[in-house]
Formats: sequence, structure tokens, C-alpha cells
Amino acid sequence: MLADNNINSYLLVGAVLFVCGVICMATKRNGIGVLMGVELVLNGANVNFVAFSKFTRLGLDGQVFSLFVIVLAAAEAAVALAIALNFYNNHLTIDVDRASKLRG
Amino acid sequence: MVGETLRNLLMIAWLLPLAGFAVEIFGGFWGTRQSKLAAWLAVGCIGAGFLCSASALVIWGQSNGWAALHRGGHGDHGAAGHDSHEHDSHGGAEGHQDPHSSPPATEHGASEVNSAAATHLLTVAPAVSAAAGMLIQEPVAADASAGEAVSGQTVFSGTIYSLATFGDLQLSIDYYIDSLTLVMFTMVTLIATCIHLFAMGYMSDELTEEYVDHHAHLSNGHHVHRPGRFYRFFAFLSLFCFAMLGLVLAGNIFQVFIFWELVGICSFLLIGFYTERKTASNAANKAFIMNRVGDFGFLIGLMVLWTFFGTFQFGSTYAADGSVAQAGLFEMVHRDSHGKLLTDAATGDVIITDASGNAQLKADGQARTIPYYLLVVAGLGVFAGCIGKSAQFPLQTWLPDAMEGPTPVSALVHSATMVAAGVYLVGRFYPMFVQEVLLTIAYVGCITLFMAATIAVVATDIKKVLAYSTISQLGYMMLGLGVFGWGAGLFHLITHAFFKSLMFLCSGSVIHGCHHEQEMPKMGGLLKKMPITGLTMLVGVIAISGLAIPGTPIAFSGFHSKDAVVASALGFVKANPGHFLLFFVPLLTAGITAFYMFRLWFFTFIGKPRDRHVYDHCHESPAIMTVPLLVLSVFAAFCAVGGEEGVLYKLITGDQPAHIAEGIAGGLSASGITLPNAHSIHAPSESGGLSIHAQAGAWALLAAFAGALIAYVLYGTELVNLHEVKQQLSGAHSFLMNKWHFDELYDGLFMRPSHVIGKCCAWIDRTIFDGILHGAAQATVVVSKWDRLFDENVVDGFVNLLARATYSVGDSFKTIQTGRLRQYVMFIVVGVVALFAVLFSTFPR
Repeated sequence: MLADNNINSYLLVGAVLFVCGVICMATKRNGIGVLMGVELVLNGANVNFVAFSKFTRLGLDGQVFSLFVIVLAAAEAAVALAIALNFYNNHLTIDVDRASKLRG
Repeated sequence: MVGETLRNLLMIAWLLPLAGFAVEIFGGFWGTRQSKLAAWLAVGCIGAGFLCSASALVIWGQSNGWAALHRGGHGDHGAAGHDSHEHDSHGGAEGHQDPHSSPPATEHGASEVNSAAATHLLTVAPAVSAAAGMLIQEPVAADASAGEAVSGQTVFSGTIYSLATFGDLQLSIDYYIDSLTLVMFTMVTLIATCIHLFAMGYMSDELTEEYVDHHAHLSNGHHVHRPGRFYRFFAFLSLFCFAMLGLVLAGNIFQVFIFWELVGICSFLLIGFYTERKTASNAANKAFIMNRVGDFGFLIGLMVLWTFFGTFQFGSTYAADGSVAQAGLFEMVHRDSHGKLLTDAATGDVIITDASGNAQLKADGQARTIPYYLLVVAGLGVFAGCIGKSAQFPLQTWLPDAMEGPTPVSALVHSATMVAAGVYLVGRFYPMFVQEVLLTIAYVGCITLFMAATIAVVATDIKKVLAYSTISQLGYMMLGLGVFGWGAGLFHLITHAFFKSLMFLCSGSVIHGCHHEQEMPKMGGLLKKMPITGLTMLVGVIAISGLAIPGTPIAFSGFHSKDAVVASALGFVKANPGHFLLFFVPLLTAGITAFYMFRLWFFTFIGKPRDRHVYDHCHESPAIMTVPLLVLSVFAAFCAVGGEEGVLYKLITGDQPAHIAEGIAGGLSASGITLPNAHSIHAPSESGGLSIHAQAGAWALLAAFAGALIAYVLYGTELVNLHEVKQQLSGAHSFLMNKWHFDELYDGLFMRPSHVIGKCCAWIDRTIFDGILHGAAQATVVVSKWDRLFDENVVDGFVNLLARATYSVGDSFKTIQTGRLRQYVMFIVVGVVALFAVLFSTFPR
């Protein structure tokens, strides 16, 4: 099935990556871990884009979109790491469960 | 050029008192209350006005060669004319010597000098004036139609200042100068000067910072204390002089109306001068309101005139090239040589003519006309104004009450000048009056003169007697005018002004001397105490009674003028026997007049003192009050010397209306009134007896002597017990004491009904209108209560509900906001999965 080299295997990889990322975000209390989960989700999406680019009439647009996502992920990581550093400065931890100041 | 000189002189005389008023009323406020400056200023203004008027009269006479005096072939009166002016222009200033008592040669010498001086005053020779007709100067139709030699213009009219133009209506300040204007100007300024001087003495107790008014009480019973108002009195007098002179100078009827109202307000201010006294303020209101009644008619007359004639001006206005720009009112009603109005043959309407007597045409070629009855309405309307101003029946009741004002006011305003303004206006507006109006005037005058004279017989207040005698004499003037005696009525106006102002000032002097005692029953025997006042008063009494020495020309002014009036009446009655009352009533009243005037004099000055207190404290007035008396007594005695052949009469009648000028044969008018032939009055009758004039004079003299004799018997001697007479005639006495019940009549006719109507209106107001308003208010309150309930429960409830729902939703959402990042991620995931599930289940491939 894998040798068929059709779109489903790519989508499967993407789905696995996405689910791993979601589980990572949902379970990790470490802020950096959550960040990693986000990266996994984004890259799962990227794999989907590229797969669609190759196997459908989407063309190069899918690849360009995945490039955008990579850039966005980088920017997001920079911002999120800055937040994490500041949070550590204030709370001496990066446990996201402690970040409950805005709780209703 | 003469016209301009006259205009300028009279304008100075007219405007000086206005300037004086402005200075006095504003300056007096800052000055000290003890200062007599305001009085001297007022005297200066009016005195200068007198000099201007007198010189204007001389210039006017010189310019036309005293044409007025040469009329009717009596050329030999020219010299006497000059003499009169010498007398006029210097009488006021020097004033004590009667020129007529000096030998004739001296008189002539003096007059030569004076006329030479007057000629120097003239910068332009009289002949130039005739050629210089570019301004608005026209010989009046009278002179042309009478066909007499006229050496110069006698009537000057024109515009001083144009106020405004509304469409066709031009409102301007005009002047109309003829012999009547000039004589009135000289008379008014001369009398006013004398009265100003007198008032300076009479009002001197106002020269104080704190004046105690003994006739006005406060609610706690004390007398009113107030600052003296000396300056204000003289300011009002000056304003009055300005208004009166403006009225005389006015060149259009609208301007007359303006100054008419202005003298009215001056009269109001002066009657109510002691405004703290209830009686004075009531009298002022009464005078003002009764005059308004007459002025309402005046306004109606003005409207008719404006609607049909389209102009208010008396004389024609001229364009720059000398052509007539706009015919004046007097030219628009044309009478033929028989005194008949020019009428449309088909409709009987009166045709409106241009200056040369031709019919004016409308745009469609039809002649402009005015219905005859509207001409009557216009005349009656204007006369209604005169009734109010001159206190004629039925509006006569205000004048006696007006005696609440200070005595100089009574002398100037309420006897000599303002009340005579009504007579003056009738004379001035004479060309516009048709026969029906003149007959009304005659009968109104006739009723008034009799009624007022009878009331004067029983009055005991010295000023009230004079007030009623004023009304009565004004009635004589109106009667004279109404029976075509134009000159006679105005002649009486001038002579009356002199002797009545004299008598009022004398009464003022008595009142001043007796410390404001006005009741004659408390006087008596005052001649010893106040000889000058008593004797000058006697001059006035003789003058008004019309006494004379039969067969000689020795007579005081009143004799001549009353003679003229009665003669006109007799001429009229002979031509129209149906109107016999118009002669017999004034004849009878001549006797009554003599009676009540001598009664007044005997009561006051002769006999035993009735009130010892008054008599003991009585004193002769100071010189500033007696000198005007002497001056006026000279004029009262001699101003009418010569009667209808004399200077004054000829001056007045110099420009009399065309249709009553001598030489016009009597003609039948629409109303069946025959005009008396002016010649026939003076000529001896065919049967060889006395002329009408002489007959009337003899009868009047007889009546006057009878009246004087009765007065002497009753009041000068002690032959008759007055109390018994009074008791026997108590019915008539109380009827007369109550002034023929006119006040009660007007109370019943107007006051009570208006009170009843007022009460009805108040009731309607209070119950119906107020009820509606209160109901509306209550309904509004109820509605707003309901509105409030609705607002609070429904609208607010809905809004609150919404707010509460929003709040509770928000509150419940709050619990979701846990702050746990992983939980949020799970929400997102679950949400996304749910979204996908919905998408795929809703939009399957």
C-alpha cells in the first residue's frame, strides 16, 4: 500500500503528525513542550499542502503555502519563546498551568 | 425768498422750545433743585420764539404791502396795521404802555421807525419774492377769485423734511404759512412768554429739596414728601410750546395729527403734574382717554382723505420748474363762484380737481371722484378730533377735571392754546368741510356753549368757573365757524386766548395769594388786598362779558369778537329761519356769561371777607406774577380795537377760504342751507333799519348788561338772600352742580357696562378658560403617570431583562475561562473535529 505512492500515504503521515502534535499540546505542562506540539501540528499541515500540491490541480500554490507556514512557524516560535522567557522571569517556571492570571 | 425767511424764522420759534426742553429735562436732573435756571431758559426760548414770530409777521406784511388790511376798500387802516405791529413786537418786552392811549401822531412816528427797521431786516425786496416762485409758493385761490389787488404772495407752503415714502404715500414735515398761521404763532408765543414768567413765581414753592404736598396723603395719613420738580414743570411747558407751534406750522394733516397727539401727551403730563394726588392722576387719565375717543374719529377722517385724495398736504407742492407736482387737499375740492362743489352730473359724486380747478383724470380717462357722503365722513371725523381736543359736547367732561393741574398750565394749555387747537384745525381745514359738517359744528358749538355756561353759574371753585367758561367760549368759536363766520370764530379764538389766559393767571394769583384756597365762598373782599390782580381780572371779566359803551367805539376785545360770532349767527338764521336756535341760544348765553363772570368777580373781590383766616393771610403776588397780568390785560382790552374793521380781524381773515370770501353770492347747497351773503350782514337792511351786525350787537350788549346787572344785584349788594334763592331752585341747582349729570351718564353708559362686561369676561376666564386649562393640565398629569408606569415596567423591564440575560450568559461563560492552556487546546481540537464532522455530514460528496 505504501509502495503505491498515492496521496493517502502522505495524508496519513500528515494526520499522524497532527495527532501527535495535538496530544503533545494537550498533555505537556512544559511551555517549550507545548511549542513543540504546535510545530508538529503545523508541519502535519505542511505535509498535507505539499501532498495536495503534487497530486491535485493545486500546483505550486500548495508548496508556496507551506513555505508561508514555515515562516509563520519561525515567527511564532520567536514570539512564543520571548513570552516563555518573560514568563520565566516572573514566575521562575514555564509550567503553562500556572499561567492562569486571565482566568475568568 | 420771503417764504424762506418766514419759514426759517418760524422754524426757529418752533424748534427753540424743543431745544429748551432737552436741556431742561436732562440738565435739570443734575442741577440743584433750588435753581431757577430752567425757568429762565424756558422763558428765553419762548421769548426768542415770540420775537421771531412777531418779526415774521412784520416781514410777511411788508412783503405783500399789508394786503390783508387793504381788503374791502378800507385802505385807511394801513397805518393802524403798522401801529399794531409796533405794539405786538414790543408789547411783550416793554409791555406796560398801551400805544393806543398815546396821541396818534406819536404812534405814527413810532411805527415809521419800526417799519424802517423791519425793512432792513429784509435782505430781499418784496418784489423779488413774487418772481422767485421756484419754491412752493402760490397765491391762494381766495386772492385770485376775489379779484383784489394783491401786491405779494400771502400763502407759503412747502416741505421742510421728507420723512419717508411708502408707495404713493409721502410722509413729510411740511409748513403752511398764511395770515392765520402767523397770527396764531404770535399769539401763542406772546401768551406763553407771559405765562412762563408768571409760572416762575407761581411754582416757586417747588424750588426745594423736600416739597410737602398737603393734598396728597400716604396710607398712614401723613403728607407726601417729595423733591421739588421746578425744572420738570418748565421742561414740560417747553415741550408743550414746541408741540403747539408745530401743530400751527404743520403743512399736512398727518403732521397736525402727530403734534395733536404731542400736545395731548403734554397736557397729560401737566394735568398729572401733582401725580401723587389721586384726583390729579385720574384727571390726567380722563383727559387723555377722552381725547383718544375723538382721535379715533380723526384717524377715520385721515383714512378717508388718504384713500380718495392720496395726499395729506394742505397746499400744492411744486416741481423744480414751477409746475404743480402734487395738488394740495385745498385745491382738490373746488367750489364755483356760488360756493357750490364741483360734482359729477350723473352720480352726484364730488369731482377731485387739480390746482387750476380742472377735474383730475384717472388712467382710464374717468374723472377722479369722491362720494359726497364720504366727504361728510371725513369732515365729521376730523371734527371728532376737534371735539375731543376743544372739549365740545359730548366730550366736554375732561376739561373741568383738568383744572387739577397747576394754574399756569390751566392758563396756557387748557384755556388759551391747546384747547383752541381744535378750533384752529376747524378753521384750517375749512375748505374740506361740506355744509352738513358745518351745520353739525354749529349745533355742537351751540349745545356746548349753553350747557357749559349754565354749569359755570353754580360752580364755586374759582378755576372750575373759568374752565366752564372756557368750554362755553370754545362753543362760541365752533358756532361761529359753523355758521360760515370763519373770521368771527377765529377772531374770538385770538381774543379769548388773551382774556382767558389773563383771567386764569389772575385766578392763579388769587390762589397763590390765598395759599392754595380755590373755593370762592371762602374769599370775598380781596380787592383791597390784591388790587392789581383784582383790577386786571376786572378787565378780563369785562372783556369776556362783551360789555361796551353803546354808541361809541369804546369796547374791550371780547365785545368785538362775540359780536362778530353773534352777527354771523344772525345772518345765518335770517337766511335759514329753521335754525333759529343757533342765534337765540348764544344770545341768551351772552347774558349768562356776563352773569357768571361778574358773579365770580364780585364773589372773590367785593363784599365782606367770608373766611377771616384766608383774608388775613392773603397778599398781593410778587412783580414777576403781576407784570404778565398787566401785559395780558392790555392785550385783552385792546387787541381787537376796531372790531371787524380793525387790524386783528383783517389780519386773521387775510387768507380766508375762497368760498366764504366776501363777494360770493349766497347759493343753495345740496342740504338746503343758504349761505348768508357776507355783504348783507354789514350792509343796512332794505327797510332802512339797522344792519344785521348792528342788530345782533345791540341784542348781545343788552343781554350782557342784563347779566352783569343781575350778578351785581345778587352778589354785589345784599338785597337778596342767596340761600333762599338756592333752596327755592334746589332742583335746578343740584342738576347744574352735577354738571347736567354727564359724569353719571357716562358712568352708566360706558363705565358700568364695561365693568359688567369685564366681570363677565373675568367669570368666563376663571370658570371656562381656566377650567379648560386646569382640565388639560390634570389630563396631562394622568397621562404622564401612565406613561411613567409603562416606561418603568415595559421599556425598562425589557432593557433590564436583556442586560440581565447578557450578564448571566457572560457569567456562565466565565467558568469556561479556566486559564489552562491544555484545556483550551482540547477545546480547539474538539471544535475542529466537530466542525469537520458537521461539514462532512452536512455537505457529503
